[in-house]
Amino acid sequence: MSGGVGDARVVVVGAGPAGMAAARAAAEAGAPVLLIDSGPGLGGQYHRQNALARQERFTLPDGVEHLPDSVVWALEKVPAGHRVHVRTGPADGPGRRGRSIDTRALVLATGAYDRALPFPGWDLPGVTTAGAAQAMAKGQGVRVGERVLLAGTGPFLLPVAESLTAVGSRVLGVLEANDPAAGWLTEPAGLLAGRGKTGELAGYAALLARHRIPYRRRSTVIEAHGTDRVEAVTWARLDRDWHIVPGSERRIEADAVCVGFGFTPQLELAVSARCAIRDGFVTVNTAQATSVPGVFAAGELTGIGGAVLSADEGTVAGTAAARTAGARSASGARPGPPVRALRRVRSGGRFAAALGRAYPVRPGWQGWLREDTLVCRCEEVCHGALRRAVEERDALGVRSMKLVSRAGLGPCQGRICGRNVAELTGLPESGVAFARRPLAAPLRLSELAEPPPGAATPEPPAAPAPPTDVTPAPPAPHEEQE
Amino acid sequence: MVTPTSSPTPAPHASDRMTPAPDVVVAGAGVIGAACAEALSAAGLRVCVLDRGAPASGTTASGEGNVLVSDKGPGPELALAQASRRRWPELLASLREELGPAGAEAEWDAKGGLVVATTEEAVTPLTAFAAAQRGAGVRADEIGADRAAELEPQLTKGLTAAVHYPEDAQLQPVLAATTLLAAVRARGGEVRSGVTALGVTTHASGAVSGIRTSGGIIPCGAVVNACGPWAGHFAASAGVPLAVLPRRGMVLVTGPLPDGTVRHKVYDADYVGAVASGDADLQTSTVVESTRAGTVLIGSSRERVGFDDSVRVDVLRELARKALGLFPVLAQVPVMRAYGGFRAYAPDHLPIIGEDPRLPGMWHATGHEGAGIGLAAATGQLLTELWTGRQPVVDPAPFRVDRPAVTEEGRAAA
Repeated sequence: MSGGVGDARVVVVGAGPAGMAAARAAAEAGAPVLLIDSGPGLGGQYHRQNALARQERFTLPDGVEHLPDSVVWALEKVPAGHRVHVRTGPADGPGRRGRSIDTRALVLATGAYDRALPFPGWDLPGVTTAGAAQAMAKGQGVRVGERVLLAGTGPFLLPVAESLTAVGSRVLGVLEANDPAAGWLTEPAGLLAGRGKTGELAGYAALLARHRIPYRRRSTVIEAHGTDRVEAVTWARLDRDWHIVPGSERRIEADAVCVGFGFTPQLELAVSARCAIRDGFVTVNTAQATSVPGVFAAGELTGIGGAVLSADEGTVAGTAAARTAGARSASGARPGPPVRALRRVRSGGRFAAALGRAYPVRPGWQGWLREDTLVCRCEEVCHGALRRAVEERDALGVRSMKLVSRAGLGPCQGRICGRNVAELTGLPESGVAFARRPLAAPLRLSELAEPPPGAATPEPPAAPAPPTDVTPAPPAPHEEQE
Repeated sequence: MVTPTSSPTPAPHASDRMTPAPDVVVAGAGVIGAACAEALSAAGLRVCVLDRGAPASGTTASGEGNVLVSDKGPGPELALAQASRRRWPELLASLREELGPAGAEAEWDAKGGLVVATTEEAVTPLTAFAAAQRGAGVRADEIGADRAAELEPQLTKGLTAAVHYPEDAQLQPVLAATTLLAAVRARGGEVRSGVTALGVTTHASGAVSGIRTSGGIIPCGAVVNACGPWAGHFAASAGVPLAVLPRRGMVLVTGPLPDGTVRHKVYDADYVGAVASGDADLQTSTVVESTRAGTVLIGSSRERVGFDDSVRVDVLRELARKALGLFPVLAQVPVMRAYGGFRAYAPDHLPIIGEDPRLPGMWHATGHEGAGIGLAAATGQLLTELWTGRQPVVDPAPFRVDRPAVTEEGRAAA
């Protein structure tokens, strides 16, 4: 598995804006590329949400092999770089194929998912993340509800309002928990850097006006009411730290609530690779290189800045990865630096940083919860149980907290609740506390048990469970096929 | 790790001048430290337990919760295991009285163990081992394939021998350790998180006068080193090198399965050889068992890789392959997660329990190598009996600190 053309291949995980740009740039710099994504097509979460509207078709240069419907379930350090363990096929189907690829240059572009904060009633049907509501609207033309309240923080709520309106939902309001006007005024450098964005925001303001959608600052949804699903919602004014302003609570009839409190990066592969992480995001240098040689990161994994910035970061990362892999162009030249993308990443990075400062999640949200408010929905762990785990069981570490309370042990493995549990209980390293997952994705026991080909046939188990659902492909010269 | 500042409990102080100096400071709030602290506080001593991180979140949180007699051949460790197997349910019952049922819930389950052989070669060693154990007072019932299928209906039909160990039990290790710590606190003791033990201070006589920590010196009459795999580091920093080494293990956890899929602790007879052996750098031996949450734990590997915690797919693959050998029914079950940890072992594979003759007032309780959950109850009991001069529950000599395998190799390592 060492030597040969295989080592020259750049492996990109994630085919959203950042990953596609990285694959493209690496291929243009002369490197063979393997682009892995869990979705069936290119574009990732961002473009999937726009599938109906745009019918986009992405093309990739020759030299990029796209591996759709594929999850990376483990990442291992090997002498020549990293070994990427992949399963390909529908997650619930029986016939997923295994494959392991070694690479000297790995680009992680695994993106981020919406962050939801818990509040009483958030587990009722009818409460969704803003991103999920937008995906339903744009991807399938489905309405999340007739009367919808949108709450959270950040400019990404605004395109969601647009999407919901477009499929005929009545948006009762956009509740912004921060006071972004004040925030932006204190960030002139970021504002300047993001002037393209400012124009975009103005467009959304016009949309809100046209549809008479109230946009309320320092307000949010603090409770959803209903028996089988959301029937009404209580919202309230917040102070600077997001404590509820007493007496400001208002009840309104609604059948859906969409919440988005920023994004949580999908960190497990970066954590597996031991990349340095600061404030919950992977730290990178100007070449998008992480602290680990041979591992690059681009897109929302490194900070929330939107699709355009992600793509520029991807271009930088892909070019740098190609150099690391030893790629040469057709003329034999080493790839040069992507000057334009580098410049745009610099100014875009400032915009993303300013955005983060203008739309933080403030600690007052913890006061919205009651004792019986669920925090981990998978295992049905409520706020009071977390408090008791700390007070009565000394659950002051991630592992002991999980094992005492069972928070984060269900199907989502803490992806939804991990940050909230960590912040509510004061666990150290709240941003990454739950992202240590040696198995980055679940897989069947029989899939895990499959022998690597080329290895001497291991002694069969006493009653072998033959992996009849798997047809191992012959091993390619430069990679391991399971 | 740092001491959490936003937790609802008051932040612990490394040096609280309002309370009198503790009689003894236990370094390490894993299950062994917690059990020693519980037993010492029950004997009337004022106890303070320190942990550099969070209590019960190191080796203790990485274990399966085994309370086994089945995996040990006749000898001192089996004697300690038998004493501990008797002690655990008594201890939990008395703590239920003291702390209330919720405060002392540790998911104790006397489910029994089933050791099976799947090859002809494994039959004789297993039955000989079981016979020797019976001689030492262990219930080890050789059963036929029909009885095995009755006890464990989903087990592979390809068994060549099976031994049922009704005494084997399980508990949830983090709950067990934190129950013990709650008892320490209820008796006026202290548990301090985020405080690292750095060494000891001594009187002119040479005896321990206090413990040096990241939060300052805590005066005390004695120190118990219960730092698990890190016990060698602490011992060396106290000037008394000790040969305690880490041995890594990994466990797979499935999604929740229907009740009764796996009923006992079921393991392959090759487990016995792996526990006692220090030879191979990687060993896996199959242990399959369910938890109260419905998940199935699949263990366990033994690797000598220092404190390296990076994932090794070949280890996970081997665990999965062998588990399927025992339970083919698990083939399509999703594995939700894997976790690993470090066991503390001494070169002669025996725990180290007692006072260090090289440093009066310095005690050790470590080296339990993957059996610490099961052995904790008797370890705390024995240490306290040695302290108070009462008749010890088992012969303490095999566990003494100044045996050559521990102190001489410790000096070589330090």
